[in-house]
Amino acid sequence: MNIDNFKPAIVYSIYIASTPEQVWEALTSAEFSRKYFFGNAVEVDLRVGGAYVMRTPDGSLHINGEVIECDPPRKLTVTFNVNWPALIEKLGATLVTYEIESAGDAIRLTMIEAHDRPLSDDILSGGRQGWPAILSSLKSLLETGAPLVVKMAPPQRMLEALKRMGIATP
Amino acid sequence: MRKPEFVYVTYIETTPANLWDALTSSAFTKLYWWNTEVKSDWKVGSPFALVTNGTTTDVGEVLEFDRPRRLSYTFHHILNEAAKKERPSRVTFVLEPAGKLVKLTLTHEDFAEDSVVLSGISSGWPAILSSLKSLLESGSALEIPPPCGGIQ
Repeated sequence: MNIDNFKPAIVYSIYIASTPEQVWEALTSAEFSRKYFFGNAVEVDLRVGGAYVMRTPDGSLHINGEVIECDPPRKLTVTFNVNWPALIEKLGATLVTYEIESAGDAIRLTMIEAHDRPLSDDILSGGRQGWPAILSSLKSLLETGAPLVVKMAPPQRMLEALKRMGIATP
Repeated sequence: MRKPEFVYVTYIETTPANLWDALTSSAFTKLYWWNTEVKSDWKVGSPFALVTNGTTTDVGEVLEFDRPRRLSYTFHHILNEAAKKERPSRVTFVLEPAGKLVKLTLTHEDFAEDSVVLSGISSGWPAILSSLKSLLESGSALEIPPPCGGIQ
């Protein structure tokens, strides 16, 4: 896989009163991610080629990927493939990069979701809906000790678009 | 092709009324927006201005003021020469209750072609709205420098 073929489709930056090390920990530990990532647990083997997976609260595999770049506590790039049959075949791989930069007494966390082909707004609506909620909750967790309780309907627009493409979703 | 626009969504643990005041009261904006005051009487059609340490950086006109749901104004940067030549763009805030939270959606749109304002605000708004969220949730705004190259 040549990551040069991937172009950013969704970019979201958020500033957090925290340290790069704490943000890195929050992005790579199951204990943290369960609190802010809709209950999903990250498990990552932090070396290039290592596995990156995310499990739903019932333990089933939700995201299945691998580490592409790993530069703690500054940059982590992983393939971030939702574990639905036919998804990769029809849409290609999803690449997610987290960048952590110092900004005064805070840090700037930037999430970049990239794809190797143009995707429709319908397909991208899922990420556009999800990332701001996830990263807003991560910020609250690190700053106040408590994540947000974000009540959100399923990403209907994306699910319908996937269905039209013949991609089965749970 | 999609028209260039900047959309930023964040979730804040606060009430729509508090968030509305934070967006429209100059005493409040000074705390999280690099000492910037928003100046307006907030009547539709009235002038709007951003004033930082006594210097007016941006001006506009109030388009919508529907407390505590929807706020919109035109936005014309007047310090940077290139930006000053561009036509005014448009800023809209939409506040939606979401359980114990408020979902805030900022849309900044209607830019001139190859707008320099668009690149400036794209780095400015995430910093401003992150600081606002910190202030409302933890009581302290963020201590961060204005983004490099930003004109906000």
